[in-house]
Amino acid sequence: MIIDPEVVTLSRMQFALTALYHFLFVPLTLGLVWILAIMESVYVMTGREVWKRMVQFWGVLFGINFAMGVATGVTMEFQFGMNWAYYAHYVGDVFGTPLAIEGLMAFFLEATLVGLFFMGWDRVSRVAHLLVTWFLALATSLSALWILIANGWMQNPVGSAFNADTMRMEVTSFAEVMFNPVAQAKFVHTVSAGYVLGSMFVLSISAWYLLHNRNVDFAKRSMTVAASFGLAAALSVVVLGDESGYAVSENQKMKMAAIEAMWETEPAPASFTLFGIPDVENRTTHYALRIPWVMGLIGTRSIDKPIPGIANLVEDTKGRIHNGILAYDAMLVLREDRNNAQAKAILAAHDRDMGYALLLKRFMDDPRHATPADIQKAADSTIPNVPVLFWSFRIMVACGFYFIALFAVMFWQASKRQLDKRRWLLKLAFWSLPLPWLAAELGWIVAEYGRQPWAIEGVLPTALGVSSVTTGQVWTSLGGFVLFYSALAIVDAALMLKYARKGPEGLGLWPAAAPEPPVATVAAHAGV
Amino acid sequence: MFDYETLRVIWWALLGTLLIGFAVMDGFDFGIAALLRVLARTDDERLVLLETIEPTWEGNQVWFVLGGGAAFAAWPQLYAVSFSGMYLAIFVVLLAFIMRPVGFNFRGKVHDARWRNLWDWVLAASGVVVMLVSGVAFGNLFLGVPFQFDDNLRMTWQGGFFDLLHPFALVAGLVSLTMLLTHGACWAAYKADHVVADRAVRIARWTTLAYVVFYVLAGIWLAYGVAGYAIVGPAVTDGVSNPLHKEVVHGSSWFASYMRYPWFWVAPVLGVAGALGVQVSVGKKQLGCFIASTVMVAGTILSAGFALFPFLLPSSLDPRSSLTVWDASSSKGTLGLMLAMTLIFLPLVIIYTSWVYRVLRGRVTLEHVRQSGHTY
Repeated sequence: MIIDPEVVTLSRMQFALTALYHFLFVPLTLGLVWILAIMESVYVMTGREVWKRMVQFWGVLFGINFAMGVATGVTMEFQFGMNWAYYAHYVGDVFGTPLAIEGLMAFFLEATLVGLFFMGWDRVSRVAHLLVTWFLALATSLSALWILIANGWMQNPVGSAFNADTMRMEVTSFAEVMFNPVAQAKFVHTVSAGYVLGSMFVLSISAWYLLHNRNVDFAKRSMTVAASFGLAAALSVVVLGDESGYAVSENQKMKMAAIEAMWETEPAPASFTLFGIPDVENRTTHYALRIPWVMGLIGTRSIDKPIPGIANLVEDTKGRIHNGILAYDAMLVLREDRNNAQAKAILAAHDRDMGYALLLKRFMDDPRHATPADIQKAADSTIPNVPVLFWSFRIMVACGFYFIALFAVMFWQASKRQLDKRRWLLKLAFWSLPLPWLAAELGWIVAEYGRQPWAIEGVLPTALGVSSVTTGQVWTSLGGFVLFYSALAIVDAALMLKYARKGPEGLGLWPAAAPEPPVATVAAHAGV
Repeated sequence: MFDYETLRVIWWALLGTLLIGFAVMDGFDFGIAALLRVLARTDDERLVLLETIEPTWEGNQVWFVLGGGAAFAAWPQLYAVSFSGMYLAIFVVLLAFIMRPVGFNFRGKVHDARWRNLWDWVLAASGVVVMLVSGVAFGNLFLGVPFQFDDNLRMTWQGGFFDLLHPFALVAGLVSLTMLLTHGACWAAYKADHVVADRAVRIARWTTLAYVVFYVLAGIWLAYGVAGYAIVGPAVTDGVSNPLHKEVVHGSSWFASYMRYPWFWVAPVLGVAGALGVQVSVGKKQLGCFIASTVMVAGTILSAGFALFPFLLPSSLDPRSSLTVWDASSSKGTLGLMLAMTLIFLPLVIIYTSWVYRVLRGRVTLEHVRQSGHTY
């Protein structure tokens, strides 16, 4: 059957909207929970009440965000079935497993402990509560691990093969799926990004308190934790992001070339385009400012391996489409005659390229009837949106370097105990609040929009993955999401603002409820 | 290790276990949410009632999330066909699931009667929607749903939201609703301040009665008014997971498997016995009542699963496209690996969940919420 392109577009819009929205909350949960764990560890080790109150105050903000993260996370699980039913059928055998394990190993632990984190202060011992917080933190990061193993497989589908009997991909080696180098690189990069975001959250709000001369000791301590954790996280997000880039260049050459707007293959080692205006029509980049050698070094870890350009990759793709058609034909023969040895041999030889034949399904029902012009069209369709990737990537990386600089300066200030001395720095820290969100969302765009037109790189084109639903149905759900998500965004932002403004003293946590200011002041001077 | 047939049966049982886990563990949260305005009249009373579930509902809900994940991984076509086919019904359930975490968290964040009333109604509505729609969806499994596969195993569905509202399915929805309202009321009777608990006792007496009526009605209807599906000829139990390789006839009886395995009758008997147990024990306001309602919930779901076996999702449009235990599973390797993971981690889940419930033991009193200020 012919797939309705409007259903594809609407389903993609809905997925992008709900995923980007979900990802506003996930990184804050990932990062803030470790900051809570660090603060509570200090509390248990030193016994100083102020640290407990820090955990409780930041915990309230964590709780609001956590609720939004859970609420919008369910959507993601539902959507694979609702809007991407053929995808769910085609890859559920492989892709579903890490999702199920995520629920079993991580989300169960996280969701079971989060209630005790909030309501268990008077019910369990200090050490037991600390363990609850630590396991909560561990579980959130483990959760990210399994989700990114699933996502890593979409980028680099290892450990699996097509089965013509069941018309789907099936696992051949779960170890390969689990230890997929792309998944590992993505995991460390993504959780580090979450840690940066959590640190910036605490840093910015604390800076705001200092600017208003409120809760000075409380804010300085919070800032010190945020600056230290943030510096480590910012360094790792950039270094590990580079690792992620290397992993991409190994298996998603087209995504790499699009990020670089590298239209033609350059002689090795390739240069890095710092700035330029990619021109899709003429397949060139205007006003390009290039730094020699850098791209070759990042992308290939060598000075002699070339990085293929878009034009060459399109040529390669045409070859793979031809092979894919052979595999597709063999698959159809096998459907009529399950023991046809010749067809089995052809399929075995070319099943890696079968997905390339499916690219033609956007233009025709039967890929075997493709003309050279159709094949050219299908090959061209593998070029992602170059300007969007080019710019998203550059802004994200610039943010990364900025985070390193900002956290380094704040860390330096903290170690000199001068966090409240330079107002311009505090203002800078405050106004930097949205940047990690920007970087995280752009990172998602680079990774997922850059994978297009594939849902599973080289295996299943996105357009083929949709459900057989009507445009009316998808419009209804899309409208519902826009309505509900907008309302929730307003409520969430209002509550966050309300509680951040209230501050720890507004919640009765500081200093009224902590009758030990002298100790706290001494502690501040002692550098605790 | 196990052969393919055994693994498929195990995963059918595990899917049932997760479904029962969801209904038992999260079902009372839904029941309580739906009864929030009925059982609790003042804000303090509502805080009491909410606190009986607040620290644990989130963990409880993972039974559902895991059920979805396990269906995706172990029964991909079941997940794909049901979620995309019943698109709008599933979307409504999803909205209910979205509003729960925020409802629980945001309700207490502003001290304003209108704000709290709003979230009370949101929580109550989300409870009713999930209980009712999941029952209606389950009822539709017996009627068969209008889908078919093409040769590429791409599914098409011919029907809309309102086609799901067959009277039999509505009765199934009422079974689910009254069953979980009872379950929630039993939890409130056991866990909440006596003011609230006493109301819960009265509610539970009526809802159990209604449950028994609807459950028996559904059973009689199923026996005499709903035709069953059956695989033609001997089923290939270890074949490839492709539904199109079999023939299915519509017109048999859903009680066929009860005739073949008479011990299946244990399940419906447990369902009704659990309801009687609730009637007997609810007045004591102890754990016994909640255990009785747990038996009722488990028995009811098992009885439905047994009747359907080996069908997961029969197709009324093209019976041979029906999904069964023998042709809709994942590959043998995936089922085996997932089983190993489940055997390791599910016991751990049960251990730490039990610990959390132990920590939170005891009745939530009005006095307690008045003192504690409620920061969650």
